[in-house]
Amino acid sequence: MNNQTPASAYDMAATEEAEQTATFALLVDNEPGVLHRVVGLFAARGYNIESLTVAETDRKAHTSRITVVTRGTRHVLDQIEAQLNKVVNVRRVHDVTRDPNGVERELALVKVRGQGVDRVEALRIAEIFRAKPVDTTLESFVFEISGAPSKIDKFLDLMRPLGLVELSRTGVLSIERGVEGM
Amino acid sequence: MTAHQTIESKAPPQTDDRTMTGAEIVVRGLVDQGVEVLFGYPGGAVLPIYDALFHEPRLQHILVRHEQGATHAAEGYARSSGKPGVVLVTSGPGATNAITGIMDALMDSIPMVVITGQVPTHLIGTDAFQEADTVGMTRSCTKHNYLVKDVRDLPQIIHEAFKIATTGRPGPVLIDIPKDVQFAKGEYRGPGEVASTHAYAPRTKGDQNRIAEAARMIAQARRPIFYTGGGIINAGPKASQSLREFAALTGAPVTSTLMGLGAFPAADPAWLGMLGMHGTFEANNAMHDCDVMVCIGARFDDRVTGRLDAFSPGSKKIHIDIDASSINKNVRVDLPIIGDAGSVLDDLIAAWKAGGHEANKAALTDWWAQIDAWRARRCLAYRPSETVIKPQYAIERLYELTKGKDVYITTEVGQHQMWAAQFFRFEEPNRWMTSGGAGTMGYGLPAALGVQLAHPGSLVVDIAGEASIQMCIQELSTAIQFDLPVKIFILNNEWMGMVRQWQQLLHGERYSHSYSDSLPDFVKLAEAYGAHGIRCDDPAQLDAKILEMINSDKPVIFDCRVEKTENCLPMIPSGKAHNEMIMGDVEDIGNVIDAAGRGLV
Repeated sequence: MNNQTPASAYDMAATEEAEQTATFALLVDNEPGVLHRVVGLFAARGYNIESLTVAETDRKAHTSRITVVTRGTRHVLDQIEAQLNKVVNVRRVHDVTRDPNGVERELALVKVRGQGVDRVEALRIAEIFRAKPVDTTLESFVFEISGAPSKIDKFLDLMRPLGLVELSRTGVLSIERGVEGM
Repeated sequence: MTAHQTIESKAPPQTDDRTMTGAEIVVRGLVDQGVEVLFGYPGGAVLPIYDALFHEPRLQHILVRHEQGATHAAEGYARSSGKPGVVLVTSGPGATNAITGIMDALMDSIPMVVITGQVPTHLIGTDAFQEADTVGMTRSCTKHNYLVKDVRDLPQIIHEAFKIATTGRPGPVLIDIPKDVQFAKGEYRGPGEVASTHAYAPRTKGDQNRIAEAARMIAQARRPIFYTGGGIINAGPKASQSLREFAALTGAPVTSTLMGLGAFPAADPAWLGMLGMHGTFEANNAMHDCDVMVCIGARFDDRVTGRLDAFSPGSKKIHIDIDASSINKNVRVDLPIIGDAGSVLDDLIAAWKAGGHEANKAALTDWWAQIDAWRARRCLAYRPSETVIKPQYAIERLYELTKGKDVYITTEVGQHQMWAAQFFRFEEPNRWMTSGGAGTMGYGLPAALGVQLAHPGSLVVDIAGEASIQMCIQELSTAIQFDLPVKIFILNNEWMGMVRQWQQLLHGERYSHSYSDSLPDFVKLAEAYGAHGIRCDDPAQLDAKILEMINSDKPVIFDCRVEKTENCLPMIPSGKAHNEMIMGDVEDIGNVIDAAGRGLV
């Protein structure tokens, strides 16, 4: 046995494959502990959670919707989807990223502190991004911005040199275009 | 027991008398689900249910001595009968003690319903006496679990729990019931009167196009192999029959995982023996060299595949599994079929006949010639001895002397388990109960009790090691109480043998804490419990003493003193491929893996 051969199966390295981001929309039973089941599954199997949103969507049908953004190789993402489908409380799993009709949106609240030219520039850029000021003092703004996560990232890149001091993001929400419901 | 029997049982509740306490709903629900036996241990938070049991003659309660024993006994009962095992334990330590067996049942897909008591609802979260977050702790080791907050939900939850535990890929389901819910009055509803609120609907019927494609691939194969697993056992005895029929149609060899032993008869010429780390030379080489692999109800476990990137490199793989998440989890397959093993096998047989397929006889002749060459290597051969009992010999004699009897085998975990898998031959499913995925020492004795309860007149033998047996030895008291004459056949080599073997192989013979020091006198221990004790260290007397064990009508501990440093071979060293096995005639096992390899562990 040489150095290239691990002496135990536990030492085998995972094969390198390109990672990608995926957004899963889950329709789940609105019961205590369901979020824990989903999050616990990610933790127990070593999957990443990049963002997570959850709220009740239909009181009568007892459903909530969870949107989870994760990263992994295609193989891992397929496993995540299969594992999520096994959770008894999960009614449906939809891979939004692989759906050409999938729409993803996120909302962020962004606090920017500055005076003079920077302050004017922040407001001007906010207008371009259709970000709405929801609070202002003489030396700060709080902007509300919504859109695709990449748009928000871009906005934040521009705000950083202008005095970004605080950020709160909802995480990604998603829905499918067209007449059909999930 | 006696108190129970002396009090005249109350007549079963009238069907129109549906208002009852939560505890009575539990008991009524179990009866309506066809439960006959439950394994449990009382405590503060389940006393109302125990009180309801007092008036219920249709449920036999087996009082274990430790909650882990209850779960393993339920597993043994379930695995040998096909019916779900039922466990009743109290809150806190009662529930946590049960967790090992629950995890074991999840790993090996055993249908089980576990009912745990919980502190009253208003005390949840206050660190009350014997409070534990049972649903939180068991979420990752159950197929599903419930905390019942309202007695009105209870009937539906009970019935749904049985459905979830027994359908699809079976597994353990836990119901945590606070004490106030057990006391509260509610309306009972029967199994047909509750609607599930979940979308749970496992798929059992395989895709017909894929099944037809699979039949074509198998017919065109030159070197086919069936790699079968516990899923066939779970699919019921009919699935084992279908496997036999389809294997005969195709002429392909059959190997099995540890969990699948018995689905295909060991006496059949197409049987290659178990595969994997301690599988046979012929099974592993046939897996490595096959061109079409048909995996049925198995999950490409790391003990089976060995080195993944060298696993059966030239084959097309068909994977039949009821659990979609098993597909492509460890090994990428070419043709996945999601469905029940029995149903898909029946459809495969139909597709084979409908397609007019014929096995490629010429190619199969060559394939079998190759397999016979591997068989000629006689991989299970060992050096016999006239002075010490070889552990392999002990299992061989146990097998020969129980052959033809109505026998069920359970095991603990370690070398003895692998020798049992190699040397005991199973012709029928549900005869072999072992802890596969979890590898739980202490499984065998309580599992044997469960088996004996399901099969009262049968011979049940727990093949054990001297280390494992001490993990749940207290259940011998249960065996005595309920007159369950299980036989504990200990291969006593005074070592945690598998640990010792790995230390010899991989850790420079540094035997760190693997010696079973201060062992009890097992014969006296048996007698102390009221069982029969037998000791044997002489190969010449082994047969007579095994017969003495078989013919005893009491539980028996058989202290079989065997060769102390025998290694379990053949073996695929971890990290190696199927065609790189160490054989029993290796001269210097300490140097099979060189210094560089050892340094990696």
